Amino acid sequence: MTEHTGFEYAPAPESRSIVDIKPSYGLFINGDFVDGHGKSFKTISPATEEVLAEVAEADADDIDAAVRAARRAYDRVWGRMPGKERAKYLYRIARIIQERGREIAVLESIDNGKPIKETRDVDVPISAAHFFYYAGWADKLEYSGYGTEPLGVAGQVIPWNFPLLMLAWKIAPALACGNTVVLKPAETTPLTALLFAEICQQADLPPGVVNIVTGAGATGQALVGHPDVDKVAFTGSTEVGKAIARAVAGTDKKVTLELGGKAANVVFDDAPLDQAVEGIVNGIFFNQGHVCCAGSRLLVQESIADELLARLKRRMSTLRLGDPLDKNTDIGAINSAEQLAKIKELSAIGEAEGAGRWSPPCELPAHGFWFPPTVFTGVSQAHRIAREEIFGPVLSVLTFRTPSEAIEKANNTPFGLSAGVWTEKGSRILKMANALRAGVVWANTFNKFDPTSPFGGYQESGYGREGGRQGLAAYLKGGQR
Amino acid sequence: MSGRIDVRKTYKLFIGGAFPRSESGHSYVVTDPKGKFVANAALASRKDARDAVVAARKAFPGWSARTAYNRAQVLYRVAEIMEDRRPQFVAAVRQSEGLTEARADKVVDESIDRLVWYAGWADKLTQVVGNANPVAGPFFNLSTPEPTGVVAVLAPQRSSLLGLVSVVAPVVVTGNTVVVVSSYERPLPAVTFAEVLATSDVPGGVVNILTGSATTIAPWLAAHMDVNAIDLVGIAGNDELAAELEVAAADNLKRVRRPPATEPSWTASPGLDTMTDFLEIKTVWHPIGV
Repeated sequence: MTEHTGFEYAPAPESRSIVDIKPSYGLFINGDFVDGHGKSFKTISPATEEVLAEVAEADADDIDAAVRAARRAYDRVWGRMPGKERAKYLYRIARIIQERGREIAVLESIDNGKPIKETRDVDVPISAAHFFYYAGWADKLEYSGYGTEPLGVAGQVIPWNFPLLMLAWKIAPALACGNTVVLKPAETTPLTALLFAEICQQADLPPGVVNIVTGAGATGQALVGHPDVDKVAFTGSTEVGKAIARAVAGTDKKVTLELGGKAANVVFDDAPLDQAVEGIVNGIFFNQGHVCCAGSRLLVQESIADELLARLKRRMSTLRLGDPLDKNTDIGAINSAEQLAKIKELSAIGEAEGAGRWSPPCELPAHGFWFPPTVFTGVSQAHRIAREEIFGPVLSVLTFRTPSEAIEKANNTPFGLSAGVWTEKGSRILKMANALRAGVVWANTFNKFDPTSPFGGYQESGYGREGGRQGLAAYLKGGQR
Repeated sequence: MSGRIDVRKTYKLFIGGAFPRSESGHSYVVTDPKGKFVANAALASRKDARDAVVAARKAFPGWSARTAYNRAQVLYRVAEIMEDRRPQFVAAVRQSEGLTEARADKVVDESIDRLVWYAGWADKLTQVVGNANPVAGPFFNLSTPEPTGVVAVLAPQRSSLLGLVSVVAPVVVTGNTVVVVSSYERPLPAVTFAEVLATSDVPGGVVNILTGSATTIAPWLAAHMDVNAIDLVGIAGNDELAAELEVAAADNLKRVRRPPATEPSWTASPGLDTMTDFLEIKTVWHPIGV
């Protein structure tokens, strides 16, 4: 193969002028922005390390005020409002997200570091679609199979990888079912949640129905542990998910947990290779690999492993890493110094344990947090990079000979969030789809999301589903445990 | 001359389709409600619980891969055999729960009918709780329920047969396998039920029954990393232990069915949650194209 030269791309940066980042932000409680009682913290751009804003860190008293506001709004307004009226508020929110889509996309890319291409084409439109979808459920709950009775106040804690989208996954079904919410965005990505608070004001959502409290772990603990919270919904690490499961033990709180994964992406020898390569790249390098359902374990049939790897490496050489606001960028910044350190540490362990490490030639920007797309070959099931969630653009490649070996290796994990399978043979797809112990199975595709389609894991990837009719179960009394 | 001396039964555990004694060698005295000696029952130990989990795990792939129609037939067959042996169950329930013959008769009726009810769900639940999803793109998208895996069940303490059937049937009908700890003071109907299971086409290991103390065995089951879910109804009212078990269950994020404040009435019609609490929804995507 001749050396890949690639195309030259002129930068095509999206303008930042559309967003107006304030120097400091308070908490959004009972319909207003208020000062917190606690300290504040800085949120930075992971691509440049520039400080974007100071954000209030909610303490236990702030959480209490937010929960009280949510309870009041639940008792007096939202819990008793007819579903068809609640629906109209959610439709309004969906429309405002669409109207302000460009602004949200730019803000998300600045605060999170993910490419504008993804915020523009994935995060924002699917967030709006979530509100649109659940808006329509609000007056049709009697057909849901879970009754019509809401739970009360929901405490929701979301991660930094899809800040607005995870907010939409949490808030839309909760409100549609008649609950009120207190939501804590991740410490490193609070800005789009605070912009969402403004959207609630523009939609004239009654005060207290949505409350946004910013902060870190202690703020989340105070929210989850608040005695007047009826429902806890969390997306994040398995470690924190387990801590939450312990914290709610012995209470009446209902819980949904959407946690980590170590998805197998299984490629058979009859797979359409170019499509599979696109799927592999999308599976692990989408959103810098900061995806709980990322296809981080490539299981490739031995007979095609060499050819597939050659094609994969060629494709990886064309990925453009850099400025998140550049419309050409495929791979943006790693979200935080902490996450970058974790990715570096696990990658070093992969090398030390004997796996072969490869990245395309890739110039990393001088400032900010960056990690090149990386593939490890010769990985065994015992290697830590095959067992632990790296949550970065790092792919581990293992091989198999028979379908039963593929199934055994794919299922050899305490997780069970997602899996992929690539083959042209229909009966084999269905056999694999049955055998893979995961909540989402993508066959001849990967990393597809839709508000109508339930998402969530088996085993230590958590419990409960988000999205679809099943996503209502988490917010109605007739729903899950 | 006195009459014939009767041959007494040894009440043992039911693990992997076999009837072992407790590996610990321990047994305990079971009395009727008036305190009269009835039998010695095996006192299940931690090791027995672990053996039962191994058996349940081993049985899971085969049982969950059976067709729903077949699981329905197997459960219906259990009901048939119970009906066949109903005098034995009536006697066991009378002895355990101190009921009149008429009341015990009714309990056995309801136990058999409940099994029949759940048997029929095997090939219907997927249709009721699963569905196709109209995603905004050219994709086939289907959500269906699958069994969670190995489920530990602490059976109710008071209702020795109807309660037992009501917590075991919904777990296994969907393809899970189960390790159940019987009522401590009223374990004998569970052993008789095990004898029915052993003779009615239920594969070994699908249902494993331990007689003994839930408070002693449950912590091992709640902490066991190869158990996927746990139903705590058998310790209803013991909030402290329930919280402890839920904390232990978090180590591998078991699905936990929390106990009610008091043991519920088992005569009420069960809801679907008895089954769906031990199911996972799997969603499969595939592109549509030519």
